Amino acid sequence: MSLLRLDRVACVRGGRLLFENLSLALAEGEAALVAGPNGVGKSSLIRLAAGLLRQAAGKVERGCPAALADDMLALDERLSLERALAFWARLDRTRVGPGMEAMGLSHLASVPVRMLSTGQRKRASLARVACSGAMLWLLDEPANGLDSEGVERLDALIAAHRARGGALLAASHLPLRLEDAHRVELA
Amino acid sequence: MRALIWRELRMAAAGGSFLLPLIFFLLVASLFPFAVGPDAPLLARTGGGAMWMAALLAAVLPVDRLVEQDRAQGVLDQLALRDVGEEFVALAKLAGHWLSFGPPLMLAALPASALLGLPREALLRLELGLLAGTPGLAALTLIVAALTAGLRGTGALAGLLMLPVAVPILIFGAGLAADGNEGGALKLLAALSLFLVAVAPFAAGAAIRAARQ
Repeated sequence: MSLLRLDRVACVRGGRLLFENLSLALAEGEAALVAGPNGVGKSSLIRLAAGLLRQAAGKVERGCPAALADDMLALDERLSLERALAFWARLDRTRVGPGMEAMGLSHLASVPVRMLSTGQRKRASLARVACSGAMLWLLDEPANGLDSEGVERLDALIAAHRARGGALLAASHLPLRLEDAHRVELA
Repeated sequence: MRALIWRELRMAAAGGSFLLPLIFFLLVASLFPFAVGPDAPLLARTGGGAMWMAALLAAVLPVDRLVEQDRAQGVLDQLALRDVGEEFVALAKLAGHWLSFGPPLMLAALPASALLGLPREALLRLELGLLAGTPGLAALTLIVAALTAGLRGTGALAGLLMLPVAVPILIFGAGLAADGNEGGALKLLAALSLFLVAVAPFAAGAAIRAARQ
């Protein structure tokens, strides 16, 4: 059974056709990397897969709940990192500890979200995905702003997710270590 | 649902939303006699109307952050991913917004009525009217906040959109406070408020969904 299936999907934004006839299926443990120049519709594809954007044609099916990390952090700026993550963890009925640990954020647990740096915010949004327990991860430029140690942690996080039977759709122009991943070239 | 309402209240508290309408309301009540003059019977007659104007404006105060903040930070997207319906989110926001300004205003009406020298029966009618009418004002604010989320410079636009629609609430509310329950003003006010509260989650939910496309 596939966790995500796109069937001849087309996407139109602002009256412009970004892509059409795009088909993709992700089964357990599989990953796909979306590549292409700026403005070609990588983020739109991610949002389409998340069900946040309606496709102009074709079919989008998800076999499980999805977790999304894009450029919007979705954490309350005033709360401490741990409590901000805990808000989502409570909705997901999971715990925040392992995700924060995996992204190396444990020492920042009590720091307010608004004080975090760009790279730390990126880590926090990946920790939110890691905490979600969702089997399908949708990551939009996950490596942006991460230092080399952060990228290593991200790679390890993704590897663990796939080993657990999770699937992944990522858009990135920075190299990610994704073994035998599908490549989706948008042009 | 409880987690969402609680989050709304927490954000309202952090944004000063509990205190701000209260101070605003009291400020109007203390400035009004300066504008109208120290004529006690006139103040007692018009004070209820002034209180309603203040309540209306206090309800609009957070219109620019009520929905836009969560949209810009991606919170609405994350909720949608977790299959929390937009109508449900809107309902939580409605409850949170009302709780953050309705009860505080009703409390502030006590010292305000003393400042304006409102008779006791008028104060009772004002409180009753606020109880019935403020949920409607909260609903209107929510609809306008959802419609204008994602646009720039929404403050003025939101006022233009909302204030004319709020006129009926104002008429029945101020009428109830000034002249008593003539012609069933309280029932009409409550009916209007109920209608807005019933419509708001669906209207705001649809607006949130539409803003995403």
